[in-house]
Amino acid sequence: MFGWEFPPHIAGGLGTACYGMTKGLAENGVEVLFVMPSASGDEDQSAVRILNASDVPVADNMALDVDKYFEKVQFYQIGTNMIPYADPDDFAEIVENERMMMDKNYRIQYGKKYKFSGKYGANLMEEVARYAMAGATLALEHKDEFDVIHAHDWLTYMAGVAAKKVTGKPLVVHMHATSFDRGSEKNIDTRVYSLERRGMEAADKVIAVSELTRNICINKYGIPPEKVVAVHNAVDFSGKEAINVERGIDDKIVTFLGRITYQKGPEYFIEAAAKVLKRCPNVRFVMAGSGDLMDKCVLHVARLGLSDRFHFTGFLRGAAVTQMFALSDVYVMPSISEPFGISPLEAMQTNVPSIVSKQSGCAEILDYCLKVDFWDVDAMADAIYGLLQYPAVHKLAQEKGYEEVNNLKWTAASAKIKAVYESVL
Amino acid sequence: MKPSICLTFKIHQPTHLRLYRFFEIGKDSHYYDDFANRSLIKKTASDCYLPMNQLLLNLIKSTKGKLKVAFAISGGTLEQFDRYCPEVLDSFRELNATGCVEFLCEPYYHSFAAVADDAEFTHQVNKHRNAIKEYIGADVKSFVNTDMVYTDAIGEKIADLGFKTVLTEGAKHILGWKSPNYVYSCVYNPKLKLILRNPGLSDDISIRFSDRNWNGFPLTAEKYYSWLEQAQGDQVVNLCMNYKVFGEFHPKESGIFDFFESLVNMVISKDCFTFATPSEIAKKYAAVDSIDVQDPVSCENEEKDMAKWLGNELQKEAFNKLYALQEKLAIANLPQLWEDYGLLQESDHLFNMNSSFFTDKGNHRYVNPYDTPFEAFINYMNVLADFAIRVDEELN
Repeated sequence: MFGWEFPPHIAGGLGTACYGMTKGLAENGVEVLFVMPSASGDEDQSAVRILNASDVPVADNMALDVDKYFEKVQFYQIGTNMIPYADPDDFAEIVENERMMMDKNYRIQYGKKYKFSGKYGANLMEEVARYAMAGATLALEHKDEFDVIHAHDWLTYMAGVAAKKVTGKPLVVHMHATSFDRGSEKNIDTRVYSLERRGMEAADKVIAVSELTRNICINKYGIPPEKVVAVHNAVDFSGKEAINVERGIDDKIVTFLGRITYQKGPEYFIEAAAKVLKRCPNVRFVMAGSGDLMDKCVLHVARLGLSDRFHFTGFLRGAAVTQMFALSDVYVMPSISEPFGISPLEAMQTNVPSIVSKQSGCAEILDYCLKVDFWDVDAMADAIYGLLQYPAVHKLAQEKGYEEVNNLKWTAASAKIKAVYESVL
Repeated sequence: MKPSICLTFKIHQPTHLRLYRFFEIGKDSHYYDDFANRSLIKKTASDCYLPMNQLLLNLIKSTKGKLKVAFAISGGTLEQFDRYCPEVLDSFRELNATGCVEFLCEPYYHSFAAVADDAEFTHQVNKHRNAIKEYIGADVKSFVNTDMVYTDAIGEKIADLGFKTVLTEGAKHILGWKSPNYVYSCVYNPKLKLILRNPGLSDDISIRFSDRNWNGFPLTAEKYYSWLEQAQGDQVVNLCMNYKVFGEFHPKESGIFDFFESLVNMVISKDCFTFATPSEIAKKYAAVDSIDVQDPVSCENEEKDMAKWLGNELQKEAFNKLYALQEKLAIANLPQLWEDYGLLQESDHLFNMNSSFFTDKGNHRYVNPYDTPFEAFINYMNVLADFAIRVDEELN
């Protein structure tokens, strides 16, 4: 299995998903060799064996086999300033570092080890290319120890493709997000798009995290429908303790939590808030997180004259996120496009009823949350109002929702992944 | 009659808010960055207030009382002096004792209550009048609004509060062809005299003095006096500036203290001008005409309007939300609430949210603790949310 990150060193949801998945696979009797760009040694290896690509000298004889892949990949190395999951606050720094990197003329050097950062940013495209080389080398080394290659997200697709080429083993690629979820329809990163497409074309099977994502793979990437299987993520709440927070505010709190960017639909949340606040005064809305639309949202709220009831927390991490959920009475995820969306599950696990957009993958598997179209602010306002005003609805969504998300187990999801493996062997 | 020079110094130390998180709303009701407030005022006291007060005192003595100046000190600043550096208050009392210094009245909390709420404005004016009596021992006679904001309507309110003199900006758009160097009157109440700040001559000292790109640099007392001389035949040259000009905006090394000392000595030795305080000027001269000011005028920025404080939507929203609490507060009527309400009215909170400082590379000498107007706004609104909760709790 080729991944990019693994707990405890994670930036996005990808590492968490890989962790839960590998544990679930182990329970299903599947052994996993997990290759990552930069392992630190403190990863939980109870369910997997972790191979560190930074320890691998790229073999000289490899060059012939993967040369043509490398040439294609190298094309994408030039002038990348594409950052998939980076915290927006770091953006300026990353761009600056990259500019300095571009001055150096780098090349993949055969027979040498390369220290991967395993992060997102700066020389990401270069790392992707090198990771492909190191991955192929590892695959060759461990040729007799595995049967299927599984690559997560576009970052690792080239490694998967290279490994397939050198070993001849079947390849499964896993779409956790598509380029269409990262940018708007007309504004996607074409370099990432073509890496994704190439990966899926070379793969024997494609796993998508939701039907929504599966449809994108079919419609936007032209992948044959029979090749794409939807396997919904699960969520692993073990080790998570409920916290008690002291409430300073008596009013009900409705929360948006996530990156404040176009595809998360923050402005629909504000419009819905304005409608709710007209009807019930004892509510506060909170937009937690940061992102490129944050200032615009602050201005939008000020224009609507809601600033005394609509608060911004800025970027939250760790315990503050848990605290935010614990303070909330209703959670809203109005995403315009969300391949899966783990945050409503976390909210429901904290006993917070959730409203999700129909355009998010998790809506396909959740029954005890309210679903609205992201653009339908009237429906969203209705849903918020209902959850706030009718205790019966709130209670039902709370209790059943809690039960529901706790039943989403990786064991079940991994069984489906195992079936996919079996189909390609 | 010899024309007068009216020197007016404005003193205001903002009360900085601390970083106030959303999670603290309803739990913690201390809003101020006491450490910053204390260290800032202590620094300014040693760089500016104490040495400049001493210089003024020496000059008043050496000129046998011919030098006269006026101060406008905000109420919050008087409290901060009392708390952090009482020696500054002592030196102001000493200056007051010379009889050559007038203390002006202004809204206690350096607020724009004048354009927001009549009752609050009256309250703050009276509070300031009492504070000047209490801390300095002086009786106020003339008025200058926060950042010299003035309209005809404000003029009328000021006159109703018993003042006969008010200072405001000699802005081009209210004067037209007229000169700021005369005494004017309010259109609504001819008994209220207006003394106008001379923007050019004031800013030559307050802004341009140490600007090496200015063709007047270096500014000497002789050069400046030659510009003053052009006002001979006029009534009054009102030089009004932030007191921090001396020692802080222009540090001691720039020679600003020496410049001031030689200028005062030169004015006195040439004997073409006399120094006078605003109330003396109002007594001495009759108004030559009335001035009509419908939209607020201020001493800030190129347009001399209120755009620095109420120019963008964030500022208007914060301003409106704050003053919307006035009625509830009057019912709750609790001293601690009134005090926080006052401190939250300080113009600096709104100033920190102004969006022009992205482009305004000019003279930016004011401390803005925030990187963007949005940060300033969010922090302020968090504080205000907590304050509103306290007011509501008191009502229930």
